[in-house]
Amino acid sequence: MTEAAVSPAPGPAPADEEILTVSDLHSFIVTDGGIVRAVDGVSFTLRRGEILGLVGESGSGKSVTCRTLMGLMPSPPTRWSGDVRYAGLPDRNLLDVGGRELQRLRGAHLSMIFQDPMSALNPVMRVGDQIEEAVASHDHLGQRDRRRRAIELLDRVGIPAAERRMRGYPHEFSGGMRQRVLIAVAIASRPKILFADEPTTALDVIIQDQILSLLLELQRDSGMSMVLVSHDLGVIAEMCDRIAVMYGGQIVELGDTEALLTAPRHPYTISLLRSLPDADVRARFLPSIIGTPPELIDVEPGCRFAPRCPLVTPECRTWETELLAAEGGAQLVRCRRHDDARRPAAWPDQSFV
Amino acid sequence: MSTTESTTVSPGHLLLERIQGRSRPRGKVRRNATLVVGCSILGAIILAAIFAPFLTPYNPNTIDPLNPLAPPFSPHHILGTDEYGRDIFARILYGGRIDLLIAFGATSVTLVVGTAIGLFSGYSGGWADTVIMRIVDLFFAFPFFVLVIAIVAMLGPSIFNMFVAIWLTSWISYARITRGHTVVAKNREYVLGAKALGYGHLRVMLRHLLPNLVSFVLIFAMVDAVGNVLLGAALGFLGLGAKPPSPEWGAMIADGQNYILSAWWLSTLPGLAIVLVGVGFSLIGDGLADILRPSD
Repeated sequence: MTEAAVSPAPGPAPADEEILTVSDLHSFIVTDGGIVRAVDGVSFTLRRGEILGLVGESGSGKSVTCRTLMGLMPSPPTRWSGDVRYAGLPDRNLLDVGGRELQRLRGAHLSMIFQDPMSALNPVMRVGDQIEEAVASHDHLGQRDRRRRAIELLDRVGIPAAERRMRGYPHEFSGGMRQRVLIAVAIASRPKILFADEPTTALDVIIQDQILSLLLELQRDSGMSMVLVSHDLGVIAEMCDRIAVMYGGQIVELGDTEALLTAPRHPYTISLLRSLPDADVRARFLPSIIGTPPELIDVEPGCRFAPRCPLVTPECRTWETELLAAEGGAQLVRCRRHDDARRPAAWPDQSFV
Repeated sequence: MSTTESTTVSPGHLLLERIQGRSRPRGKVRRNATLVVGCSILGAIILAAIFAPFLTPYNPNTIDPLNPLAPPFSPHHILGTDEYGRDIFARILYGGRIDLLIAFGATSVTLVVGTAIGLFSGYSGGWADTVIMRIVDLFFAFPFFVLVIAIVAMLGPSIFNMFVAIWLTSWISYARITRGHTVVAKNREYVLGAKALGYGHLRVMLRHLLPNLVSFVLIFAMVDAVGNVLLGAALGFLGLGAKPPSPEWGAMIADGQNYILSAWWLSTLPGLAIVLVGVGFSLIGDGLADILRPSD
């Protein structure tokens, strides 16, 4: 098989269809207990008009990846490195952009939706004012136009009686409504890239579905690109064009949604998919992955998944991990045994109890 | 059980009726009542101090040797006179000008300066934060009252120097309160969200952080204003504030202490005036706390 290592190529400007190219992103958090390698060598590209899913357990580095790209990680204690090219500013490493330039990019080019709609709106500001402020921050509009656009936005995200609700405070809105308001705020300046950091985790299933449909609709209408972070494979499968599976601060597998879900190659992805409940089969035991996710302090060399991997060999523990191309380069896998992993016979019997 | 003709009322309906009938308007009124009462008390005192010449025919410093130590409700002196025959009511009214000036003048400056320093310190973090907070610690390490007395003693006793002493020492409380709340709030998602929308630092600080902190600061300011009145009175009592003839409440209490057993009104009445101002400020503080935090 082709086992050509894909090097995170720095330097060349991103191809036309790629709006964001992240190469070798690291984000380390300095704590009293040691250095947490929250994001450790993440590389991916985001294409124009695409939804890329970042999926992984809590603490796998999904949120930190997004926040580092948005420049929202507090420094100190966080230190980061890497090369991030944004098509709107091709000559610069996005991580080096700061000050007013960064402020100009945020909102109008890159925007973000947060997980918890309860705390992501300013509690002492009227909802309408928050949207109007977002509208006014990058467009110079008169007060009347600004207000009209704010009402339009509220209406667009599905808030009934938008004009009246403009005067409300966040605590007068339900969770789902607040998430709608947050989306309205985030898209107020028509961003090119939207980072959605677990936008539906705090909501119940029905509202979750509505919010996801809304996001999908807005994304299709505006043609913006989106990075959707979630720990819910169902959400990711439904929404995304491509998926990046994260484990221990690294991407372990990246590929098109269908290929990755039907023919996963990394033992972690395979285990993750097998541990999902199946609606058709009433299983006696739901298989789970034995062990706990790695501490990201004092990381041992070799594959991060090795301590939990049923297919582990001694070489895995010393292997300098890298993303390997599979399926003719369409799928990237951080596993030296990814060909074996596809054969059920290679898995020990006891691996899914 | 009941016949079909009798009207059966469901518990839900009863509750609805009860809510619509009473609780809602009452809650709203009660919420603002403290503020209204507080403002009325303080407003009345302020007006009385401003319009003192119209409320009393006496000059607060005119002595009347023929009529010393007249008790309250004397024919011409409603609150009596002191040992020099000066009208107590007039002295309290005119003294209010000085004490209210202390309350507002001293507090407003420290409020603004301290909050600004705390906001900057907490928001910027890093070495600036460390340096500012160590300075604050340094000030906190001194006994506040001794520090004020030392500064006034150094500059010479006068009302203005007392202001200077309070300005130099009282901002630290505001800085620490604001800084503490800023550090907590700046990593809340709504602040990150504001940054993610490309808002500038000043905008994030003044429009998103400050309104969320200002209630804590203002409530403290009301307590602090009372404290400053008491401090002014205490310095006046010690002879470090207002100069003798001027009718400052603390100085009046000090003057009256020799007569406390024979003429209680000399000290008690200015003391009550201080209490009244204190109650006014406290009620305003409580009322503001309710209004400024719409989600509570």
